[in-house]
Amino acid sequence: MNISPYFFYGFGGIAIACSLLVILKKNPVSSAFSLVMVFFSFAGIYALLDAHLIAALQIFVYAGAIMVLFVFVIMLLNADVPSFDLGRTHLGMRAVAGVLISMILALFIWAFKKTPLTPAIAQFSSENIEAAGGNTLVVSELMFSEYILPFELTSVLLLAAIVGAVAIAKRKLATGRF
Amino acid sequence: MDILDWIEVGSKTALLVVVLLQVVPIMVWVERRGSALMQNRLGPNRCGPLGLLQSLADVVKFLWKEDPVPGHVEPFYYVLAPLVSVVPAFMTFAVIPVASSIQLGGRVLQFQVADLNVGLLYVFSIASLGVYGIIMAGWASNNKYTMLGSLRSSSQMISYELSMGLSVIGIIMTFSSVKLGDIARQQGELITHVGPLILPEFLQLPKWGIFVQPLGFLIFLVAVFAETNRLPFDLPEGESEIVAGYHLEYGAMKFALFMMAEYLNMTTASGLLATLYFGGWQLLPGMAWILGALQGAFGLTGLSAEWLRVLFEATSFSIKVGCFMWLFVWVRWTLPRFRYDQLMDLGWKVMLPLALGNIFITAILTYYGWV
Repeated sequence: MNISPYFFYGFGGIAIACSLLVILKKNPVSSAFSLVMVFFSFAGIYALLDAHLIAALQIFVYAGAIMVLFVFVIMLLNADVPSFDLGRTHLGMRAVAGVLISMILALFIWAFKKTPLTPAIAQFSSENIEAAGGNTLVVSELMFSEYILPFELTSVLLLAAIVGAVAIAKRKLATGRF
Repeated sequence: MDILDWIEVGSKTALLVVVLLQVVPIMVWVERRGSALMQNRLGPNRCGPLGLLQSLADVVKFLWKEDPVPGHVEPFYYVLAPLVSVVPAFMTFAVIPVASSIQLGGRVLQFQVADLNVGLLYVFSIASLGVYGIIMAGWASNNKYTMLGSLRSSSQMISYELSMGLSVIGIIMTFSSVKLGDIARQQGELITHVGPLILPEFLQLPKWGIFVQPLGFLIFLVAVFAETNRLPFDLPEGESEIVAGYHLEYGAMKFALFMMAEYLNMTTASGLLATLYFGGWQLLPGMAWILGALQGAFGLTGLSAEWLRVLFEATSFSIKVGCFMWLFVWVRWTLPRFRYDQLMDLGWKVMLPLALGNIFITAILTYYGWV
């Protein structure tokens, strides 16, 4: 009784519909709520692929933390001014945009057609990971042994980004000019 | 998955939902009677024995009340918000084990809905979704008090989720697993030595989380109070400052759903506290002796003895959960609310450094094999 295809189409459909809502909704807060749904359906698809850790982290980090901050900032700034006026776009620009969109779509279709149906995941098949003690164990072991340097470098990069953000935000305060 | 697995998962889910739904009215009664006890009042005492049926009467009232949608709200998100806050509250309990597993004719029956290998991460990720209900409600109600409530809620969640996540790292390091089933099982062992010092038998404590991670427990407890929006952390509601906060515009069953979510979150939080720091389903002192005596007296062997053990373990777990629920009620009617800046100071300047320090100390102790 293999029901994953139905779940895949379900989650995929929700993801696409909500992605459209993100860009079509006029109100930024409801766009943000739709984006949460997109992350949630992505997590569902990851879980169907037996990547439970990624699914949990997807919800934990994106839906649970980043989007809460997003919504918080949007509400606080009350950003309901649209970034551009839809009615005043040039007809030629619309045509160019349409051509570009269909080209990107064609590229995606071509890329997916060319990809072999059985991906080469070698030793990281679901069965092997299950035998090695599950997702969390395998990922954390790899992260803290083979990939320790990139992992630590990423954290340094994030720290630099945080310090930079604080420095930019507080620059006016430090110089005393408001 | 064959058909038996589906039946197992389905029945476990149904049972859990039904039990959790029963917890809510009982907890509402406990809260009202408990507050009355502390304030030297009587509390609800007319419906049924000791007022126990009061909650039933309340539910009937909630169901039959007029449930209007005010004209100035965003209707879709206004209706969605109570559901968004109640569903994650149910989902989180799925990975908490109620008793140890049992062998049933070649199948291992586990007393938790899903033994995910992401365990604790699942709990945190689903629990962090609950805040959307509050944010959504506050925003969709289109009212400045509800907006303030939801802003407070989101900033409070972000601040306290950090220290909650970090405080549990210590537990994960000590038991080297994120599976709640493994963590509960390992707490059945005894602490035989403290560093090089070997403890005599009468001093050996069970390896419960609270004994190996006392600081982590304290941080987790405080963070959990903040996450469940209970006093002294109920700033999103703050009735004396912002009327009723995020659920100001709600009435009837929609309001009841928010209350339900609060009590369900309390239940889940108590379950987590019991599982991570108080041995989960491990038997309380004395219960093992009673269990042994009962099994001996009735000459139980094999499966019936196992079922009796499961019953005892579930009882032990329920007692622990009940104690924490009472703690929630007790604290609510004892402490006053924080001021907003005090809340932020506590979260960022006290809890976060303490949680990081706890990880540091635990790492050193684990490295030298002390715990």
